[in-house]
Amino acid sequence: MTILPGLLDTEAIRKDFPILDRTVHDGKRIVYLDSAATSQKPRQVLDALNTYYERHNANVHRGVYTIAEEATALYEGARDKVAAFVNAPSRDEVIFTKNASESLNLVANMLGWADEPYRVDHDTEIVITEMEHHSNIVPWQLLSQRTGAKLKWFGLTDDGRLDLSNIEEIITEKTKVVSFVLVSNIMGTINPVEAIVRRAQEVGALVVIDASQAAPHMVLDVQALQADFVAFTGHKMCGPTGIGVLWGRQELLEDLPPFLGGGEMIETVSMHSSTYAPAPHKFEAGTPPIAQAVGLGAAVDYLSAIGMENIARHEHAITEYAVRRLQEVPDLRIIGPTTAEDRGATISFTLGDIHPHDVGQVLDEQGIAVRVGHHCARPVCLRYGIPATTRASFYLYSTPGEVDALVEGLEHVRNFFG
Amino acid sequence: MKLDSMYQDVILDHYKHPHGRGLRTGDAEVHHVNPTCGDEITLRVRLSGETIEDVSYEGQGCSISQASASVLNDLLVGKELAEARRIQETFLELMQSKGKVEPDDEMEEVLEDAVAFAGVSKYPARVKCALLSWMAWKDATAQALSEGKTA
Repeated sequence: MTILPGLLDTEAIRKDFPILDRTVHDGKRIVYLDSAATSQKPRQVLDALNTYYERHNANVHRGVYTIAEEATALYEGARDKVAAFVNAPSRDEVIFTKNASESLNLVANMLGWADEPYRVDHDTEIVITEMEHHSNIVPWQLLSQRTGAKLKWFGLTDDGRLDLSNIEEIITEKTKVVSFVLVSNIMGTINPVEAIVRRAQEVGALVVIDASQAAPHMVLDVQALQADFVAFTGHKMCGPTGIGVLWGRQELLEDLPPFLGGGEMIETVSMHSSTYAPAPHKFEAGTPPIAQAVGLGAAVDYLSAIGMENIARHEHAITEYAVRRLQEVPDLRIIGPTTAEDRGATISFTLGDIHPHDVGQVLDEQGIAVRVGHHCARPVCLRYGIPATTRASFYLYSTPGEVDALVEGLEHVRNFFG
Repeated sequence: MKLDSMYQDVILDHYKHPHGRGLRTGDAEVHHVNPTCGDEITLRVRLSGETIEDVSYEGQGCSISQASASVLNDLLVGKELAEARRIQETFLELMQSKGKVEPDDEMEEVLEDAVAFAGVSKYPARVKCALLSWMAWKDATAQALSEGKTA
């Protein structure tokens, strides 16, 4: 067994994740290397969901009866937990959405409907990067098409980093908003937030950070980031699907217009007009994902008990080991940083001219679950002249033995198609 | 091994040594993609009356998608359109069978090498790979015919 410095006690942790005991294809223990797509869920989160539905289920912010009060307390308690998890100055800055895509779409739409000084229109510019997940590209393309604002982006270097050499031409006095990913979902690259934020602040542009691949894996401190909005999703951080988060600075949430209208987001309604509830409720129209928020709260408790620094250290050790072992595989090319420095535990690669679909299929036969395709980041594949990649991603329950299984599996793939 | 039921030797042979690959002149050209995995194909059809004179293609993708295009070229070039449609429909039926259709003699006669894809039909994520070139052919043929009528 490989022992690396900084590893968590995965034997204990894995007992919390019932699915990791699953076998597939005639008794092969599952090797789950697709946590960047969605993480597995610990028993503690599953129990929280069950307990909520079995004992406390009611709509929130409505009833005066006991279980309605309990449901409201659990839902709002989850908001407190998430606020503490990201070091938000105020709990009212945490908006629950259904996922990170909705969070990013919400920001893009707020800015499209906003008055000055936030309004995005045909005289202004939006800046993103070539490294974004489609969820941080398409909402801005839509905003650009609707408003006439110009969409610009940072390109990539050959080794999978943002090319900031022309930052002053990209982010200009016309830039209204800069939206970028903190950790790439395809290459694992951790981006230099400070340099981008500093330039954005110089020109008075708002900063939106997609932290979907960061929140599960490292300490996320929205105050330290100095961003205006931070988006992430629950299901990649041990929570259930159907719950996402948008953190936004309070004064912005007060000034910006609502996007979706409905119940819960109002103060008073007449047939002629309405006034709106204060944030976060102003942005949470309709019955929210209550159980899912409660589940996310349990996930935050679970991760915090282990400690985000400890999780980051564990993943760094696994990443160092994985990039080294993977580069021993003949014909394997890592797409993205080839060392563990400033990169997360998500590693994309190509294997000779064997198509990733075929790689993934043969790995599956050995019980190894990886993601294949363009990972909703097709511009990255275009940039590096490849149709798709195979992606292995690791988390707090991943072990060096699973890296070894992947490397052996890839040898088998090479033999199969050799 | 289940894997061998998908990756039949016939399929791997077509993948490694594709038949009729490369773009040649045609009456219509289409470009089809499989957005989930990035498989792409550009395909041209050349007709002479009711006869398929050529199906030429260029693409990138997994072994299943590339082998399927090669088999398509083998099966359809030189055929009358009516027969080609019957082959296409039979292949579609096989691929949508979720592994439940065991090809009989009659089906084997129609599909020849394409019966090797029966195993692929058990893998929902891969059915689209196998069908990519066939859908492209259907589309290109429709375009070639409608252009022929208006010309």
